[in-house]
Amino acid sequence: MSYFSDIYKGIKTLLTGMSVTGKYFLTSRKGAITQQYPDNRATLKMFDRFRGEVIMPHNENNEHRCTGCQKCEIICPNGTIEIIWDRGIDEETGKKKKKIDQFVYHLSMCTMCALCIDVCPTDAIIWGQNFENSVYDRTKLTRVLNEPESKLMPGVED
Amino acid sequence: MALREKNNKPNSLKTNNLELGTQNMKPETINSNFKSEEYQINMGPQHPATHGVLNLLLTIDGETIKKVEPDLGYIHRSIEKMCERDSYQQIVHLTDRMDYLSSNINNEAVCLAVENALELEIPERVKVIRTIIGELTRISSHCLWWGVMGMDVGALSTFFYGFRDREMLNDIFEETCGARLTMNYNVPGGLMLDIHPNFVKRVKKFVTHFKTKIPEYDRLLTENVIFQKRTKGVGVLSKEDAISFGVSGPVARASGYSCDVRKYHPYSALDKVTFNESLKTEGDTFARYQVRIQELWESLSIVEQLIDNIPEGEYRVKTNAVIKLPKGEFFQKVETARGEFCVYIISTGTKSPYRLKFRSPGFSNLSVLNHIAVGGKIGDLVAILATLDLVIPDIDR
Ligand code: SF4
Ligand code: SF4
Repeated sequence: MSYFSDIYKGIKTLLTGMSVTGKYFLTSRKGAITQQYPDNRATLKMFDRFRGEVIMPHNENNEHRCTGCQKCEIICPNGTIEIIWDRGIDEETGKKKKKIDQFVYHLSMCTMCALCIDVCPTDAIIWGQNFENSVYDRTKLTRVLNEPESKLMPGVED
Repeated sequence: MALREKNNKPNSLKTNNLELGTQNMKPETINSNFKSEEYQINMGPQHPATHGVLNLLLTIDGETIKKVEPDLGYIHRSIEKMCERDSYQQIVHLTDRMDYLSSNINNEAVCLAVENALELEIPERVKVIRTIIGELTRISSHCLWWGVMGMDVGALSTFFYGFRDREMLNDIFEETCGARLTMNYNVPGGLMLDIHPNFVKRVKKFVTHFKTKIPEYDRLLTENVIFQKRTKGVGVLSKEDAISFGVSGPVARASGYSCDVRKYHPYSALDKVTFNESLKTEGDTFARYQVRIQELWESLSIVEQLIDNIPEGEYRVKTNAVIKLPKGEFFQKVETARGEFCVYIISTGTKSPYRLKFRSPGFSNLSVLNHIAVGGKIGDLVAILATLDLVIPDIDR
């Protein structure tokens, strides 16, 4: 007897469950859970704090804000940042001053922990929103963040 | 000719040996350590039900399980050793990568340990935000667990509903701290950034949304007789065994062992809120399931109590750029979505710990598997694994 009542109960609770799935089947055609990702590229906007990759913004005179203090290189847990620096002559005072030659960023090693951006005293590096980082050759993931011939923005001190 | 003779010699020896062997060996000695009807199979390391790279060596007799031997270490990264090299700020981001579903709570544990050692006064705002985010992390972890729990026992649709609700939480995390899973939002001294202006609005929206969804979870899965038949009375863990195996979290609470760290050693703002510890006494798979569903309600109520009055103030206190803990031993435990997570730091006064030990809940919860799965069927093992809610990087570290 309990065999049949079990079948009855099973079907009944299955139908209860299916009332949930059926509701969504009928109602949520629009506003579905999924996104049509490659097709919605034009309208897809990431959140402004989204951690995509570390970038170094430059202004229109090809100047950045990095003084070469190397704090980000020291705090980075896995050696993602390598700063190759040099001593240049400060134009105003004529004294020797540290400047960056190349700010090397190995995206392949970055864990997106945000410690470097947090520690930078001059906000020279920020988060970029690009997340489509797949490449065919992993050496392409090693980037030099400062533009060639770029200079330190005047007035930026650490 | 000479070659052939050389070749022949060992061959003939071999055959002699073989003949001798078969003559001497009695059937009992052949089968002494391996009964003829029992055999061993590997479950994993890539089995979908183990949710990660865990290899289970099953000794089975037909469909009945005789022994389960977990084989660990596929993703061992020696995080504890790495901590001995890293500064205290850097250690926090490594804890993201252990139990990635409770990453915020793990971060909090390390930060609390460091802050206690430094005797830092943490602003109320930080405490409240940490608790809210911690509870949201717990909900998000349980949502994922509910989705895959259903999928493991054969109900695919739960997966989509669980992930739908988790997606809202992921968006909240992404907007406030930039990442969805490995957030690294806590730093020793507070939070990395202040909460996003939309945070409160979004969390409130989630709370009202999710309150209508948990009853749906119940209708879809909890009340289903087929699901209940598969989980009731399966993998029973008694209270005594739960204690002696060192099990914690929802698994232990389902066996009637009251062990919620949030109740007994409240941290951050948990002493300001009222909530019930969800307890069950049956100790079976269904009880573990119910405890987690109950925890969803409790976490929602904690979030609700705090979200309306986040105190104003600083979101971070300044620490030295190089944090040096005083000489000594420091300990902190928190309740992650899986159980009791402990951090134990031995410092000699330098910038990195001399030794750092993590006690991860997953490891002890896994140790109980052989005990409760023996005698059951392979299908039961999958259900048991689902309610143990293992995260393999947490076990392997
Ligand atoms: S990016 Fe910032 S922290 Fe790094 S070297 Fe430049 S100024 Fe210093
Ligand atoms: S985000 Fe973390 S891992 Fe990446 S470069 Fe910055 S400090 Fe290094």
